[in-house]
Amino acid sequence: MATDTIGNRIVEPSDHGRDQGHDMHAHEHDHHDAGGMKVFGFWVYLMSDLIIFGTLFATYAVLVGGTADGPTPGEIFDLPLIMAGTFFLLFSSFTYGMAVLAMNDNRVGQLKAWLWVTFLLGAGFIGLELYEFQHLIHEGYGPDRSAFLSAFFTLVGTHGLHVFFGMVWMLVMLVQLQTKGLNDMTRPRIMCLSLFWHFLDIVWICVFTFVYLMGAM
Amino acid sequence: MSGSHSSHGEASHGSVKSYVIGLILSIVLTIVAFGMVMTGAFSTLTTVIVIVAAAVLQLLVQLVMFLHMNTKADEGWNLMSFVFTVKILVLVIGGSLWIMHNLHMNMMLD
Repeated sequence: MATDTIGNRIVEPSDHGRDQGHDMHAHEHDHHDAGGMKVFGFWVYLMSDLIIFGTLFATYAVLVGGTADGPTPGEIFDLPLIMAGTFFLLFSSFTYGMAVLAMNDNRVGQLKAWLWVTFLLGAGFIGLELYEFQHLIHEGYGPDRSAFLSAFFTLVGTHGLHVFFGMVWMLVMLVQLQTKGLNDMTRPRIMCLSLFWHFLDIVWICVFTFVYLMGAM
Repeated sequence: MSGSHSSHGEASHGSVKSYVIGLILSIVLTIVAFGMVMTGAFSTLTTVIVIVAAAVLQLLVQLVMFLHMNTKADEGWNLMSFVFTVKILVLVIGGSLWIMHNLHMNMMLD
């Protein structure tokens, strides 16, 4: 990407008329590239985050049999509840996509509205997860009960924390859109949050398949 | 300039159509996976194969339709870093399960 920018600067310096137009283009290209680099850098962070989830999945898979005479996965998972949470997160991923489309067309009002819808769907997901955790702990099946439950709470809780911080980030973006508007600074941030939010839904596919569905069988 | 900018945006950030297709495919794959397990109508092996296949398909659907991963964006570096990460994940998860399984067998804990 850096070579791309350099290449644009040194091409055809002799033609004055074209040069000026080209400079303007190169200027815009620089801006676009700076934003693009931020988004790509954030992507690389997400890849390292994926490895964190990978180690937690590996830990869970190793410890899932260690129930210490406590409950097994099949006895405590409430699939209809998990399915509802899955749909909350899936629809929130879609509504964030709508927010990005609104941003690309510079429709700030719609962008804010979609961010709020996404926030509320995320809140629904977190609400169901907290209900599930509270219910399990109330039954005496907290993370201290067995190796299986420790690994379960760590894996699902880490995902839940990510969703929570994604929601905090969404509120921050709503405030920044109010105070700073849509510009070269806020656009890449909304794009990074978009990657983050879709990424969390992708991790959740692995959670509901390998933890809940496999466990409930 | 602004015209070309927005068309560029559309190409790299998807359209309403691609998001709707992604959403519908994800809903179908989710319902299939939960339905198989909740009804318990099929054998364990069949169920495992179908829900893992549904998960892999949904991962691909969301990577392409929602995250717009392709070979062109950022000269393929997005995809390349993802492929590298998947390789590390296979080593970490596969290696952990393998070594812990071996340990378990040799300790004869059961």
